[in-house]
Amino acid sequence: MNHAKLTGRMAGATLAATALGGCITVNAPEEPIVIELNVNIRQEVIYRLAEDAGNTIEDNADIF
Amino acid sequence: MGDTMNRLTKSMLAAAAVATALGGFAAPAFAQRDPAYAAARAAGQVGEKMDGYLGVVGSETPELKRIVNDINIKRRAVYSERAKANNATLEEYALTAGCQAILATKPGEKYQAPDGSWQTRGAGAPMRDPRCP
Repeated sequence: MNHAKLTGRMAGATLAATALGGCITVNAPEEPIVIELNVNIRQEVIYRLAEDAGNTIEDNADIF
Repeated sequence: MGDTMNRLTKSMLAAAAVATALGGFAAPAFAQRDPAYAAARAAGQVGEKMDGYLGVVGSETPELKRIVNDINIKRRAVYSERAKANNATLEEYALTAGCQAILATKPGEKYQAPDGSWQTRGAGAPMRDPRCP
């Protein structure tokens, strides 16, 4: 009984919240969006691969 | 008669061996950019992106798109192979190659800055991802 009433109230509260704050306006930022490219790639990995990548570019000069 | 043929065959084989040896050494050293790619690069119509691939700068034409796609497919194949050899992911290797490729641009060529904008390489160092070596 109590549980049902509580659930009803919660549903009402949710409805009210949706009605009041339902319209979320999203404005496009004026500043250019900075692309954080592959943020999960760590610097130490890049340092480890740097020499090999440099050689790859030299060895495949036709496509770089 | 048989002796002449034998000598002829021997000299032909020797010539073929020399040609193979020369070709084998010459091929990587003289591998040059396709003229259409070289021209587009010099004209700033294509540039080096941060992710290790080539991009079209400005308005895209079917020809530029073809050049860029062709190069990028080949790059991807090389990255994939080298990444495997180095126990790295394709993205890790490609991003590293992007660092190096941007560093290797010549003044006047285009590259992508960390904010995503296209920049013209000047005399100084290019603007790169802070993780670049």
